[in-house]
Amino acid sequence: MSSEGQISGEFFLSGDEACAEGALAAGCRFFAGYPITPATEIAERMSDRLPEVGGTYIQMEDELASMAAVLGASWGGLKAMTATSGPGFSLMMENIGLGLMLETPCVVVDMQRAGPSTGLPTMTGQGDMMQARWGSHGPYGIIALSPASPQELFDLTIKAFNLSEKYRLPVLVMSEESIGHMYEKVTIPVREKIKITPRRKPNVPPQEYLPYVPDDDLVPSMAIAGEGYRFHVTGLTHDEHGYPTMTAEAQDKLVRRLVDKIEKNRKAIIEVEEDGIKDADVVVCSYGISARVATVAIQRARAMGIQVGMLRLITVWPFPIERVREIAKNIKAFVVPEINYGQMALEVERAAAGMAKTILVPHMGGAVHDPETILDAIKQATK
Amino acid sequence: MKTTTIAPIGTHPLDEYLRTDRLPHIWCPGCGLGIILGTLLRAIKKSRLDIDKTTMVSGIGCTGRAAGYVKLDSFHVTHGRALPFATGLKLANPNLKVVAFSGDGDLAAIGGNHLIHTARRNVDMTVICVNNFIYGMTGGQLGPTTPEMGRTTTSRKGNTEKPFNIPYLVGAAGASYIARWTTAHVRQMERAFIEALQKKGFSLVEIISPCPTYYGRMNEQAAGLDQMRYYRYNSVVKHYANLAELDISLNGQIIVGKFIDVDKPYFPAPKGENGK
Repeated sequence: MSSEGQISGEFFLSGDEACAEGALAAGCRFFAGYPITPATEIAERMSDRLPEVGGTYIQMEDELASMAAVLGASWGGLKAMTATSGPGFSLMMENIGLGLMLETPCVVVDMQRAGPSTGLPTMTGQGDMMQARWGSHGPYGIIALSPASPQELFDLTIKAFNLSEKYRLPVLVMSEESIGHMYEKVTIPVREKIKITPRRKPNVPPQEYLPYVPDDDLVPSMAIAGEGYRFHVTGLTHDEHGYPTMTAEAQDKLVRRLVDKIEKNRKAIIEVEEDGIKDADVVVCSYGISARVATVAIQRARAMGIQVGMLRLITVWPFPIERVREIAKNIKAFVVPEINYGQMALEVERAAAGMAKTILVPHMGGAVHDPETILDAIKQATK
Repeated sequence: MKTTTIAPIGTHPLDEYLRTDRLPHIWCPGCGLGIILGTLLRAIKKSRLDIDKTTMVSGIGCTGRAAGYVKLDSFHVTHGRALPFATGLKLANPNLKVVAFSGDGDLAAIGGNHLIHTARRNVDMTVICVNNFIYGMTGGQLGPTTPEMGRTTTSRKGNTEKPFNIPYLVGAAGASYIARWTTAHVRQMERAFIEALQKKGFSLVEIISPCPTYYGRMNEQAAGLDQMRYYRYNSVVKHYANLAELDISLNGQIIVGKFIDVDKPYFPAPKGENGK
């Protein structure tokens, strides 16, 4: 894998550009996409930069094809990514499902805009959070990350690639227009300082290889095309050989593992950021741009003498149920600002299990919250 | 003195290309898919392709099951998406020989847009399009290739839509190689497969194939051999025929042959070309 052309140092980048650089730093050498606001700049940057590092960029005919090509490239042996926004994310759900079923490492970036449908293409939203969890049909486990700055778009895109290789699934980077189009300083470390998770290649000779025999962490190793393993994979329910197996027993065994490989590794996967939770009466639980806006409200509340903490979700899926439940025992209420009509708030409420109130601060999209609305909710929460 | 090695009973000359542990296959008696898959594997063998670098991608449907029977790196993907998946595979590793093997519904209806664009890019792959005029796996519904007045479970009184002329569509989009044969033309089919596998760029071979269970039963060709007889007596070989004249009408003439065989820039470009 060529490392030539990878950059390091301090740069003034948009979130979209930082995301593309994060992908390259993670070893991504294939991008297939379709233009869509506000994710287009990721494709543009990748189309410029991939040839410089020996990679391949292709603009497909739509998002169905983009996601299919990403899966094909991953099975061809490359780290692969696509980037889109709500309307394209909806189309990608079909082959995200195939990626989950074939256990294909890859990264999908959703620069969320305000929906439903075409909505507000150039304006921000967080309305795809539940789609990220449940958007493709059938039961499955998923990993989704939520960056709150261009720097984090760089860092978490690398993390997304690493998680996708470790757990063999499409990992979602759920960002927003506001972060994608935000310009900030982004520090890109030298290559040696960036931790890269390699593909889990088979450690048995081709004639002994079975594509879906899991290791102890429930994740199988992965052969790639052209290396003599002569394997078969299918979107149908399959056994350890990768052969279609049309029984409820095979379905139970396979799908239980697809869910459990995430659920049983929750502790290793989940990352949150906490501030001032120890003595808090109220905790703001948020993510992405909304978490950033909420920090203003938190500062104002603290200036008024309110004990308020912050739990910022960096991993949104799997949801940190255990930590939220623990916090719920010691506080009056969670305040959940998000740019939708209540999605992650439902998870907070479920995890809090009645031990603390959950106060949703919704915003229908097109702009970020006025910090005052979050402050009002914090004040209400103390009562 | 010439000696001939005879395979011991219970083996088949193509066994090394087949997942014999998955046989027998699911295809109905009288279906053409066994003939076509067997012919393709013989063509792969005769082409002396590196078996470890030969891959097959299939979509969904009866034909889509082919990928599951070949002992190659093989991918059974989503409905209609065989070609974009195959494109990603080929671009990731240009040393792979990529064969997409799928049906007319998968390639020309739900995957129609991808068929056009993969041909337009002239992506270096071979597409085997098995056209049986119907959706078999779901029980015999109208397809994008069902002839006008053809009966299906969703067009009981006859299809009122004009079907796709696949060679014309793919030729207009820019393919390097296009041929059409029927399952009654096994030798010609094999030659076409060999030529398509050798071709640089997008090659497509359309094979008209019987589905006695659904298409035949509903269109007065119910016996296993009826459609084979129809192909035999109604096919007209016309190499390099005008693509616009390749429409197939109900029980009408089927023009077969090699229609396009040209050398032109393809994708991914070989190293050293297109500025790379």
